[in-house]
Order: sequence, then C-alpha cells, then structure tokens
Amino acid sequence: MRASPQLRLKTAIAPDNSEGVPVDALLPRARSAAREKIAKWSVRLSVLAMFFVAWQIYAGHVNTILLVSPSAIASEFGHMVSDGELGAALVESLSVLAAGFGIALITAVPLGLVWARYKVVDWAIQPFVSAIFSTPLIALVPLYVLWLGFGFLAKMAIVGSFAFFPLLLNTYQGAISVDPAFRDVARAFHATEGQTWRHVVLPSCVPFIAAGINISIGHALTGLIISEFYTNAAGLGGIVLQSSDTFRTARMFVPIIVIMGLGITLMAATRWLKRVLAPWAER
Amino acid sequence: MRPAEAPYETKPATAPTPTAGVAVTCERVHKRFGGETVLDNVSFNLGQGSFTSLVGPSGCGKTTLLRIIAGLETPDHGRISLTGPPGSRASESAGRQSLAVVFQQANLFPWKSVWRNVAFGLELAKVDPATIERSVANALALVGLTGTEKKRPYQLSGGMQQRVGIARALAPDPSVLLMDEPFASVDAQTREELHDELLAIWERTKKSVLFVTHSIDEAIVLSDEIAVMGVHPGRILERFAVEMPRPRTEETTRLHPQFAELRHSIRELLVRDALDAPAVAAR
Repeated sequence: MRASPQLRLKTAIAPDNSEGVPVDALLPRARSAAREKIAKWSVRLSVLAMFFVAWQIYAGHVNTILLVSPSAIASEFGHMVSDGELGAALVESLSVLAAGFGIALITAVPLGLVWARYKVVDWAIQPFVSAIFSTPLIALVPLYVLWLGFGFLAKMAIVGSFAFFPLLLNTYQGAISVDPAFRDVARAFHATEGQTWRHVVLPSCVPFIAAGINISIGHALTGLIISEFYTNAAGLGGIVLQSSDTFRTARMFVPIIVIMGLGITLMAATRWLKRVLAPWAER
Repeated sequence: MRPAEAPYETKPATAPTPTAGVAVTCERVHKRFGGETVLDNVSFNLGQGSFTSLVGPSGCGKTTLLRIIAGLETPDHGRISLTGPPGSRASESAGRQSLAVVFQQANLFPWKSVWRNVAFGLELAKVDPATIERSVANALALVGLTGTEKKRPYQLSGGMQQRVGIARALAPDPSVLLMDEPFASVDAQTREELHDELLAIWERTKKSVLFVTHSIDEAIVLSDEIAVMGVHPGRILERFAVEMPRPRTEETTRLHPQFAELRHSIRELLVRDALDAPAVAAR
C-alpha cells in the first residue's frame, strides 16, 4: 500500500529521532559552521607564521638597509619602548589625531545637518564641497604649513581636513535619506519641526555618522602621518622619516607597526561604537 | 491575550447607532498625480463610532483618500471636515489632533523601545508623564503586548510590530482611527488573529474607524459599512451595510449567510467596473 503524500513529506523534512540519535548529529549545519571557524583561523595563523618565517630567512640574505628581519624589528621595538621614545611619540601623535579629529567631528556634523536642512546652504556650499572633495588634500598641506607654521596647530588642521569630508558627507546623506515613512509618522502625530528633528531625523543619522566616523578615522591617520612628514618631523611619522633618512631600517619599521596596530584598533573601536549606538542598522 | 479590565471607557449598550453622527466628511475631494485623476470629486462621510472600510483595487485612490484625511496629502480641491463627539464642534486643527493613523508597514522607530514608540504621540503633545505612563500601559494591554515595553521593534515579529503600531495610534485616545492596509504585509494566519483582536479592540473602544484594504473578505469581517471604490478615475461606486451581529470573530462572520452574499455583490461590482473602464486603463 502506498503511503499518503502528507506522510511521506513529513518523513522527508523531519528525521525521526526515536532511536536516540545525538541531537547534534541532526544539525550538520551548526557543526560545520564551528568547523569552518576553526579552519579559517588555522589557515590565517599558519599563513601568517609562514610569512614571518619566510621574511626572517629572506632578510638574512639581503642588505640590512633594504630589509631587516622580524626579530631585529622586535628587539628594536623593545629598546624603543624601554627608553620611552616610542611612548612619547605615540602620545604626541595621538594628541594631534584626537585634536584634529575632534575638531572635524564638532564642525562637520552640525554643518552636514544645516546643509541638509536649508536649501540656501546647499546652494551656497555645493561648489566648495565639490571643489575641495575632488582635490587631493595633500596638495593643500604646504599651504597649511605656510599659514600655521610647523607646530601642533598646522598638524591639527591637516588631520582635521582629512577627517572632515567623510563626516560631512555622511551626516548630510543621513539627514536627507530619512525614511519618508518615518516622516509620515511624525506628521500624522503633528510633530513640530523641532520634534521631527529630535525624534526622527537625528536618530536616523546616527548609523550614517557612525559609518562616517569609521571612514574618517582612516583618513585622519593618513593626515596624521603626512602632517608629521611635512612639519617638524615629530611623533610616529617623524620617527619613520628620521630613521629612513639615516638608514636605520629596523627603527623605521617600529612606528609603522604601531600605526598599523593603531589603525586596526581604531577601526574596530568605531565598528563597536556603531553597533552600540545604532544596533538596528546591523544586518 | 486580552486584558481583563477595559482600559478605555466603553460606551453603554444603548449607545446611538453607528450612523448617529458624522466623524469625518469629505466633500468633492479631487486629486491628480501627474496626468492621472486619482480621486474624482469624491464625497464620503465616516459615521461616528462606525467601522467603515474602503475597498477597491490598486490605484483606486483609497490610500490617497486616507492620507488626505490624515493631512499627509493635500487635495487639489475639495474639503475635509472633522467633527468632534456630539456637542463639541471641534475646530479643524483641534479635529486633526483626534485622528490617529496605523500604516501598512508598522513604521516603528527602531531607535525607540516599544514603550517609547507607543508613547510617541503623547510625548509630542506634551502630556504629563503620569498620564503617558497610564495611557501607554492601557494601549499595550489592549493589543496584548504588556511586558514588551523594553523590547526594540526589530526584536518583534511582523504581527507584533503591527500591534505596537495600533497601540501607538490608540494611546492618545483619538476619536478617529485611520488604518491603511495595516494587515497587508503579515502572513495569513497572523492576519486572522489580528482581525479577531481588532474586532475585540473595537468592541472595547468603539472608535470611528476608516479601514483601507484591497481584501473584500477582510472588509466584511471587520466593518459596519463598506465603501467600494472603482478605478480610472478613483471614485466611490457604492456603499454596503454589513449587518452581521457583533461581537464578531473572523470565524462567526465567515459562517454567516450574509458573508457570501456581500462578497458576491462587491466582487461583481468591482469586476463590472474593471470591465467598463478598459479604454482608460489601457492608456
């Protein structure tokens, strides 16, 4: 006798567990996800290890001005940490970064909102924004030095300009792309303009601003190193420049690695910030 | 699911018949979008305490009419007047305060908790905190969502989100509820549950409801009166009274002999209208 179609369908989609099969055996998908994670990290770590081993071996056969071994960099790193030089440079660079980025943040976000709100501001600043946005900012660096000198102020201004545009454009984009359905809700409840901004527009902008911060941090780091190259050669960028001028290659690599670490850390921190501030925008 | 006590004052059983007063009057409302006449001099009134549905195919202007009543669109010409409860001839602007809208998508603000979403209209109206607290609790109880106050909208199912949307509309205790295809985007089973729940809510609150839908069945199950709209141009073809006894449920209504009869008449009317206007539709 033929089994009814429903019955066959049922056995096909729901495996019978009456014989006491371990539950995880019925969940091949979950197990393979965990396996894939292990596999992923095994591949990553072994490639990384191979990379350093190859570097170490290769570096023994070339001029130490061109390339130094990872172990030489590590020992130089130790020296620079213990004599306090690296720490001082890091503090110097971080203070420029924080000041420049902070200024960009407190100017770009309000300007982006005003730009989105007032058509007249849009008309007025559009040409400036397009002109400056399409200019490589590095071309303006000598101008900053000319106007502001070789010190903290010039460096802060350079970092600020690099960080400014992603923040400005993202804030503007966030404010003009508020879901019209949310605006309808505000209007249906007779929200005043101020209430609409407070309850609808500003919260809608948060994920955009957070993404702007993420991009902007990367730009700010670029600005930081450029500013240190072109001004008084202080901070992490300064060490890179001085060491390369004096052919001390191991010493040059140390701040480069610190900058890499800084970049990775700041990116991770801003991604975390976005998750905390705008959990609804996570997919 | 349903709260034990009636959070809203229910009218006595001897309350006037649904057509005793008029809550909303539309006089010769005309609206064009591009070259298309969406609403062709539509005159319509919503009875005080009546549950009226606007039924019609896509493009008949039913949503546009609702949006015009809600103040979300402006008619090209025509007049909307809102009347408060008998005895209080409310002014136009005060009248608008007593409207609330439930949208097709719940349109809940993802950055606000369920509680804050429901409190939205009351907070905008600067109602005192104690009243907000009480009204939000009542509205959530009415839709059976007590206990979800701290959740974020994206943590809820589609059906629950729509119930929060209904609670948000009910919280300021409006006299007229405008519902724009509120159950069009939930699955069939959830929709039936929501029908029963809306019927129960209506029994408790006896609001004047204007319910826009393209589902004839849904309109019959829920309404006291059905206005059938035709397309090209959008206009009201005919009004039907639904005389099935209340309180109703989805099931009792569908089993009632008038259900099939009404369904047949409305369907026939719509088919005839669609056949009458092919020249315009094909344009």
